[in-house]
Amino acid sequence: MLNAFMSYLGSRVTPGDANNQLWALIYILIIFAGVSVAVIAMNWLERKALAHFQVRLGPMRVGPHGLLQPIADALKLLLKEDIIPAQADQVVFWIAPLIGLLAAFTVYTVVPFGPSQAVSDMNIGILFMLGVSSLGVLGIVTAGWASNSHYPLIGALRSSAQMVSYEVAMGLAVVSAILMTSLNASGTGTLSMIDIVKAQQEQHVWFLFKFFPLGLIAFVIFAIAMVAETNRAPFDLAEAESELTAGFHTEYSGLRWSLFMLAEYAAMIAVSSIAVALWLGGWMHPFPNLLNAPAWEFIFSLFPGLTFLGLAGIAFLGTARMPSHSFFRIQRAGLAVFAALLGFIALVLLVIAVVGRNADSSVAANFREGIDYVYWFVLKVAVFMYLFIWYRATWPRYRFDQLMQVGWKVMLPISLGVLIATAIVGVIVG
Amino acid sequence: MNPGMAPGMAPVATPFFFYLLSGLAVISGVLVITRRNAVHSALALIVTLLAVSCLYLMLYAPFVAGVQIIVYAGGIMVLFLFVIMLVNLERTIKERQFNRMWPVGLLAACALLALFMSVFAKGKALFPDRGLPLAEGDNTQKIGMMLYGNYMFAFEIASLLLLVAIVGAVIMAKKRI
Repeated sequence: MLNAFMSYLGSRVTPGDANNQLWALIYILIIFAGVSVAVIAMNWLERKALAHFQVRLGPMRVGPHGLLQPIADALKLLLKEDIIPAQADQVVFWIAPLIGLLAAFTVYTVVPFGPSQAVSDMNIGILFMLGVSSLGVLGIVTAGWASNSHYPLIGALRSSAQMVSYEVAMGLAVVSAILMTSLNASGTGTLSMIDIVKAQQEQHVWFLFKFFPLGLIAFVIFAIAMVAETNRAPFDLAEAESELTAGFHTEYSGLRWSLFMLAEYAAMIAVSSIAVALWLGGWMHPFPNLLNAPAWEFIFSLFPGLTFLGLAGIAFLGTARMPSHSFFRIQRAGLAVFAALLGFIALVLLVIAVVGRNADSSVAANFREGIDYVYWFVLKVAVFMYLFIWYRATWPRYRFDQLMQVGWKVMLPISLGVLIATAIVGVIVG
Repeated sequence: MNPGMAPGMAPVATPFFFYLLSGLAVISGVLVITRRNAVHSALALIVTLLAVSCLYLMLYAPFVAGVQIIVYAGGIMVLFLFVIMLVNLERTIKERQFNRMWPVGLLAACALLALFMSVFAKGKALFPDRGLPLAEGDNTQKIGMMLYGNYMFAFEIASLLLLVAIVGAVIMAKKRI
């Protein structure tokens, strides 16, 4: 048992390929915990960033700079009364949030955090991701219908129409990226997420810059469609508060409502990771083929630690800038502890980077490289998460006819054109 | 064990999963026709489709499984629900079933049962001795080669048919073109 547990650590395959159920379970738990923490962090960051965009302070009271606000929110949602409308369809009303949550989290099975840092490397990886994430709309539709009320129903209708239309453009953009994977010696492409990233390394270019500007256009189409797919502003017609109160989740409260939020943010992270894996080189650090000397590898392996060091520095700066009134004593101590925690993580990561460099056991080398891969992948996804907030703060909501017009008359023709152009260029060049 | 599989790999296709998935498919399939509420039927149908796609996975056909989820569960069923939600369900639940087609249905069911029985009686004779030597690893690539190589003409004809259907639907839906 222990032997089976340890022997996996030295290997360089995903638990799914190694057929190691125990490690697959551990990976799933790690990813589940990681995504949940990311959702909590995202919740705080979104409120804070939105507030700063609008020259407000945002949450400031619960914890220093509102750092404990997400926890307070979660507690409030857990304790809130769980209301089921009398005329609602009880069973469907109960299942709906779970469908969305399941769809959002199942996708992470194939997210390639690294060449072996994924639960499984499926032959149909990208198809699986698109298929399962498209099941998320079922949660919204059933929630809207089961509430047996007008606003949720209209919200659900809007969201299903929107998702079905944007899925088409999204799929075509994805296909043009998959076409690029086939431009190798053997001439066969791949749908596996890990192999797609490896194909970018083999071809010495992120697909974003491949056949410039074709890859870029496909990426932009995907980036727009993924905002529509996740029902975020400016495509959040399904929950347009000025028209539909809260759209499909109007009748939901407490824990069930929070499940919808969790599913929404998990889906945002999932689609961002599709974009990162397909166009932005997945887990690879910048210029992986050019800067692959041991010295460069060492410099890049310092990045995770330095990032946390930077965050710790910001937190310490915040501690120093706290007003020196005695009211702020506890807040100040709290922020100092938080900064110390970040600094400790930074220290651990730096020690791993420095010590692991000379370690000769494959377990240690795997571990150190794993941190690198996950760091670069998460960093790229984090950029997208910030973009989601930025969009929300910047653009007003579309009108429904505009939304349909953009989806069918602009995005679809462009993505079809890009697909055909990519195929032609691929045949000529490849 | 499937001979096309990599050595040291345990088969996914264990009897436990087969009975679990097919049981799920059958039960939810029965629910599809017995529920009076159309939305419940549609949800049960989605469960059936997902169970069937998992059965495809067990047959080492991941591509078909993925397409089944994307096209049926994610695409068509959403449109189904879209339409059903607009129907006045309260009236339809009270309404009596008006088409008396059960003799035909019984006949069809008996024919299907006879077919199943004959397959079951013939048993192994119908199938090749060994499992297909199709490796799971390049299933998708093989399907691609087949569709765009050997069966190119049939594939293009099928897509032309679908195009005709789309154009027809647009013409029927739009009053003024």
